[in-house]
Amino acid sequence: MTAGNFAAAILTLAIFSFLYRENPFFRLAEHLLVGLSAGYFTVIAVQGTLVPKVLEPLQAGDWWVVVPFILIILILGRLTEKTRPASRIPLALIIGAGAGVAVPALLQARILVQLSATMKPLNSAANIFILVGVITTLVYFFFSREHKGWWGKLATIGTWYLMIFFGATFGNTVMSRISLLIGRLEFLFGDFLGLIK
Amino acid sequence: MNTLIWLPAEKIPVLIAFLCVAAALLGVFLLKRKGKSFKIRALPGASAIEEAIGRATEMGKPVFFTSGTGEIDRMATLAALSVLGEVAYKTAQYGTPLFYPNNDPVVATVAQEVVSEAASKAGHPEAYKPENVFFVTKSQFGYTAHASGLMERLKPAATLYFGTFEGESLILAETGFAQGAIQIAATDSTIQLAFFLVACDYTLIGEELFAAGGSLSGDQEVLGSIVAQDWLKAAVILLLLVGAILATFTTFNLASRL
Repeated sequence: MTAGNFAAAILTLAIFSFLYRENPFFRLAEHLLVGLSAGYFTVIAVQGTLVPKVLEPLQAGDWWVVVPFILIILILGRLTEKTRPASRIPLALIIGAGAGVAVPALLQARILVQLSATMKPLNSAANIFILVGVITTLVYFFFSREHKGWWGKLATIGTWYLMIFFGATFGNTVMSRISLLIGRLEFLFGDFLGLIK
Repeated sequence: MNTLIWLPAEKIPVLIAFLCVAAALLGVFLLKRKGKSFKIRALPGASAIEEAIGRATEMGKPVFFTSGTGEIDRMATLAALSVLGEVAYKTAQYGTPLFYPNNDPVVATVAQEVVSEAASKAGHPEAYKPENVFFVTKSQFGYTAHASGLMERLKPAATLYFGTFEGESLILAETGFAQGAIQIAATDSTIQLAFFLVACDYTLIGEELFAAGGSLSGDQEVLGSIVAQDWLKAAVILLLLVGAILATFTTFNLASRL
């Protein structure tokens, strides 16, 4: 058994101990995980963004990157109370640009593509089932009208569609989580304890 | 040539959809200007937020809020921050501690602004504690381990899960459940909704998350935008029916034009 496998097994058991209750072993593993991942992502940010997107273009004489670099510096303005308002400028840009980029992509992927996939000829039970499901589920998500009368009945059908979907995804995801647990147990009983060859 | 250089043909349906959204929003704002007031149906999950904060206040325990692992460009994260403003306002009024560990540094920064502003609006700027709204790590499970451990140590009376969630949803919701906290979840992450439904007291499904902010604040502009979304949904239903009927009885394929 390697030292790496030993450390991995002990930390796995420390995290699993949370199933009993919060304890010092779990806390140690938790803080190790947070600290290591924070350090790892900092290195990724420096190597993956700061160096190739700012420093290298600057060295190549592309002075336009000074603009985003100033915005980065403005975010650091949060560190003192006096310069804090300056940090709102890059934040506003991030939120505005983020929403602007997301909206057309969402319109395309979540509305137009879905619409296109639902407009099928009503010549099979499956196509009718899909169309009824989409319409009644949309009715469920109407907020300006109470779910009463015939409208409420349509919304109830939509609720049934939703519940069937949730049941199916629950079962599917539980299966994938169990396979993750099996992988971890195989590691503990195989690589760590050597009980599985 | 049916494609303009600056507008590819395949983008025209997106432009039309965008203009429809803009027209609906403009319509409700014009109606609002004429004095029309908007209201939406009650959302039990949203109404339960005040009850949950009240319960935490009575028990002298904190409120725990998380927006999961979504970044700031996610609509669900923006909606979660809108709800956070209302939650922070009420916790500041009641003097109840609010804890919000965060997975994303930009979201954490915006969240600090939101909580700080809500505390000032409530007349209790001292209620904002920067150390309670903080960035943990970008690592999904590093964040989950810390948030779960924090929940165990704080023993909150109310846990609110609003935003984008992935594999951490059930771990967090089960930990909150084990604390006996009243749990309210709202997400547009469809796969995770099933887990919240089984582990939480109230779950706002999909778009209900976006309506929750308006439902809590009663802000007419937000409520108006929700009404505009309803108009658009009605248009989508109509389009679906027309498209399906045309596909059934004619050779015209509307779906291929989208």
